[in-house]
Amino acid sequence: MLKTFPKGGIHPEENKLTSTKEIKKLPTPKIVYVPISQHIGIPSEIIVAKKEKVQIGQVIAKSAGFVSSNIHAPVAGTVTKLDKIIDSSGYKKQCIVIKTDEKDPSNYEDIVYPLKTEIILSPKEILQRITDSGIVGLGGATFPSHVKLNVNKDKKIDHLLINGVECEPYLTADHRLMLERAKEIVIGVKILLHALHIEKAIIGIENNKKNAIQNFKKLTKNDKGIQVASLAVKYPQGGEKQLVRAVLKREVPKNRLPLDVGVIVHNVGTIYAIYQAVQHNKPLIERVVTVTGKKLEDPSNYWVKIGTPIQNLLDEVGGIPENTSKILNGGPMMGKAVKDTHAPVTKATSGIVLIADDEASRGKAINCIRCGECVYVCPMGLEPHLLMNLTEKHLWERAKSEDIMTCIECGSCSYVCPSHRPLLDYILFGKKLSKN
Amino acid sequence: MPTTIISASPHVHSSRTSKRLMYDVLIALSPAFLVSIYVFGIGALLVTAVAVASCIFFEFVIQKYLLKTAITITDGSALLTGVLLAFNLPSNLPIWMIIVGSLVAIGIAKSSFGGLGFNIFNPALVGRVFLLISFPVQMTSWPTAIENQGKLVDAVTGATPLGIVKEGLQMGETMTSLASQIPSNMDLLLGITGGSLGEMSALALLLGGIYLLIRKVISWHIPIMMLGTITLMTGIFWLVNPDLYASPMFHILTGGALLGAIYMATDLVTSPMTRKGMVIFAVGIGVITVVIRLFGAYPEGVSFAILIMNAFVPLINTYFKPRRFGSKIKTKIV
Repeated sequence: MLKTFPKGGIHPEENKLTSTKEIKKLPTPKIVYVPISQHIGIPSEIIVAKKEKVQIGQVIAKSAGFVSSNIHAPVAGTVTKLDKIIDSSGYKKQCIVIKTDEKDPSNYEDIVYPLKTEIILSPKEILQRITDSGIVGLGGATFPSHVKLNVNKDKKIDHLLINGVECEPYLTADHRLMLERAKEIVIGVKILLHALHIEKAIIGIENNKKNAIQNFKKLTKNDKGIQVASLAVKYPQGGEKQLVRAVLKREVPKNRLPLDVGVIVHNVGTIYAIYQAVQHNKPLIERVVTVTGKKLEDPSNYWVKIGTPIQNLLDEVGGIPENTSKILNGGPMMGKAVKDTHAPVTKATSGIVLIADDEASRGKAINCIRCGECVYVCPMGLEPHLLMNLTEKHLWERAKSEDIMTCIECGSCSYVCPSHRPLLDYILFGKKLSKN
Repeated sequence: MPTTIISASPHVHSSRTSKRLMYDVLIALSPAFLVSIYVFGIGALLVTAVAVASCIFFEFVIQKYLLKTAITITDGSALLTGVLLAFNLPSNLPIWMIIVGSLVAIGIAKSSFGGLGFNIFNPALVGRVFLLISFPVQMTSWPTAIENQGKLVDAVTGATPLGIVKEGLQMGETMTSLASQIPSNMDLLLGITGGSLGEMSALALLLGGIYLLIRKVISWHIPIMMLGTITLMTGIFWLVNPDLYASPMFHILTGGALLGAIYMATDLVTSPMTRKGMVIFAVGIGVITVVIRLFGAYPEGVSFAILIMNAFVPLINTYFKPRRFGSKIKTKIV
C-alpha cells in the first residue's frame, strides 16, 4: 500500500503534459520587474537608486526584518524605475525595474557548476548563506527558508521532510528538477541535515513520478539517513500538514506547525536553491517554471529569471493560442488568474497554465443539495457548505468556532461541488473578515 | 492580450453536477420501472406519467407565480420526486389523488421550505404518507400481479405480502399456515407480487443500487446499515419464534424496504452529511421500521421511519461533525 493522508482529498485530471520535457533556458529578458515582496512577511527594503548600475546577483532589496528576505538582481544592468507594477494578484506592487545590459556577458552565459559534494561550511555559516541568498519556499508559500531553519533550541526536530509531491495538475517543474538535478538535491538534503544537526530525511514523491522515485532510491542507496517515500496520488498531498501525516503518520495539531511534531518540511526546489547558495554562493535569481496548457503546441519547462514578464514565456511557446480564456500563475487548483501578462515571474511562480474557454468558466451555481461531498473531500475535516453559509450571514464568531481559520485553501470543496457553489470564494472572504 | 476571465481558485471542476446526480438516480430506477410495467401494465405507466407531469407542473407554477423565482424545472429534481412518488403508489390509484399527492410533495414538502436543498423531509414520501393517511382504502389495495396487466379499472385487488402476514398473525394464524398465501422469496426477488409500483422486484432495485454505488451517487452506509438493522432485529424475533414472526429475508424483500433503503433514505438533501451521521440515521430507520412492522398498526413502516429520521438530520449534522484535522489527537508536541 502506498502511503497517503487518510481524510479527504480529490483526484483531478493530472494533465502533466510536460513531464518529459527537459528544462530549457528562457532567453534573458530585456527588462525585468522585480517585486520587493516575493515572500510571506515584511516587504524587503530597496537599497538601490534609480539609474544605478547593478551586477547580476547583487542585493537590490534587503531583508527588512526576521520574517523577510533579500532580493537580488536577476540581471546585470541599470535600474530604470522604482515603480508600482501590476503583478499576478492584479494589484500594483512596488517593483525594481532593471534594464538588462546587453553588452554584459554575465547576463547570457550559462554557467555549468561542477557538482560539489563536500560540505565545508559550518551549520551557522550555512544558515547565514541561506539568509543572505534570499531563499524562500519555492513550493508556492514563499515562506523565508532561514526562518524555518532557525529552530528554537527546545524543539526536538528529528525529521527533515522533502516535498516532491507536486500534486497540482499540469505542473512539472519539481518533477523535472528531481530528474535533472537529483544529485544536487541529495547534497542539498545533506547540507540541511548537517545544519539542523539531525540524521533522518525523507523525500516524499507521488507515485505518478516513478522515474523520480527510482532516481532518488538509486542515489541514496548508501545513505542510511535519507529515505524515499512513494505516495499514492491524491490532491492536496503537497500541503505540509497532509504530507507530514502521509509520510510520518504524525498529525500536526490545530494551529500548530510541522515543527511542533518534530518535522521540518522543504520543497525540492527550495532544496536545490539551498544547494546552489551554500555550495556555489549563488543567490536565488532564477527558478523552474512550467508553461503549459492543452491547446499549446509545445508546452515546456524553463529556467526563468525572477522578474521576467509572463508575456516573455508565452511568446517563447508560440503566443497565446486562440480560445484561451484564463491565464494562471500557478496550477489550476491554487493558482491565480492573471489579469495582465506583463506581470512578472516571482519566486512563487511554479507554472503558467493556459486554460481554454471550454474549461475556464464556472458552472452556474444552484442551491446546495446537501450531498456532503465538500465535507467528505475536505482534508482538514471542515464543513465547507456550513462555512459558506456562515460567511453569507456574516456570522464571524460562529465561523471561527467552526474552524474557518484552519482552511488550507486547497479548493477541493469548490472542485467537487455538484451545484457549482463558490465555496472557497466565500471561505476566503470569511477567513479575512473573521480575523477582525 | 485577449480578454481573460479572472476568478479565484480553483480553476477546474469535476464533471459531477447536481443535474447529473438526479439523472443517475433516474437511470438507476429504470429497471424497477420496467418491471412495474411488466407486472401492472398500462396502469404503472399512467401513474408515473401523471405523477411526473404534475410534480413538474406544480414546481413551475409555484416558482413562476407564487415565489416569482428562477424556474428550475430542468434540474431533474421535480422529475425525480414525481418518479419516486409514483413508485410509492398502487397502479390503480385514481388520477386526481396522484395529483393531490404531487401537490403536497412539491408544494408543501419542498417549495414551502425554500425549494431544492432546503426541505427537511423527503418530498415524495410526504406525498405518499399524506395520501396513505387521507385515503387509506385506495392506498392499500393493490391490483394483484400479472393477471391484471393492462386493466385500468375493475382490476382484482389484493393485500401486499406484509399485509397478509400482519392480518393473518393478528387473526391467530401462524407463519406456517400463512406460507401458502404469501409469495415465495423467489417471486419477491423477481417482483411477481402485489404492492406499490416501485417495490416490486428486489432484483431490479438492487441492480439500480449497484449502479448508484458505482457512480458514487450514494455511499454504502445508509442502505447497508438500514437493511442490516432490519435483518438483525427481525432475525432475532424470527429465531425466538418463527411461528409468530416472518423471516428476515421476507422483511427485506417486501414492503419497500429496498426501495426505501436504496432510493428514499439516501436522498441527498434529507440525509446526514457525514458518514458517521449516515450510520446513526440508517440504524434509526431500521429500528423504527421493524417496530412499526412488528408492533404497530400499519403492516408497513419504511415511509414513516424515514420521515421520522429525516426530522433528526439537522440534529445529527450538528452532533456528528467530521473530526477536524489536528484536534483530539495524542500527537506529542515537542
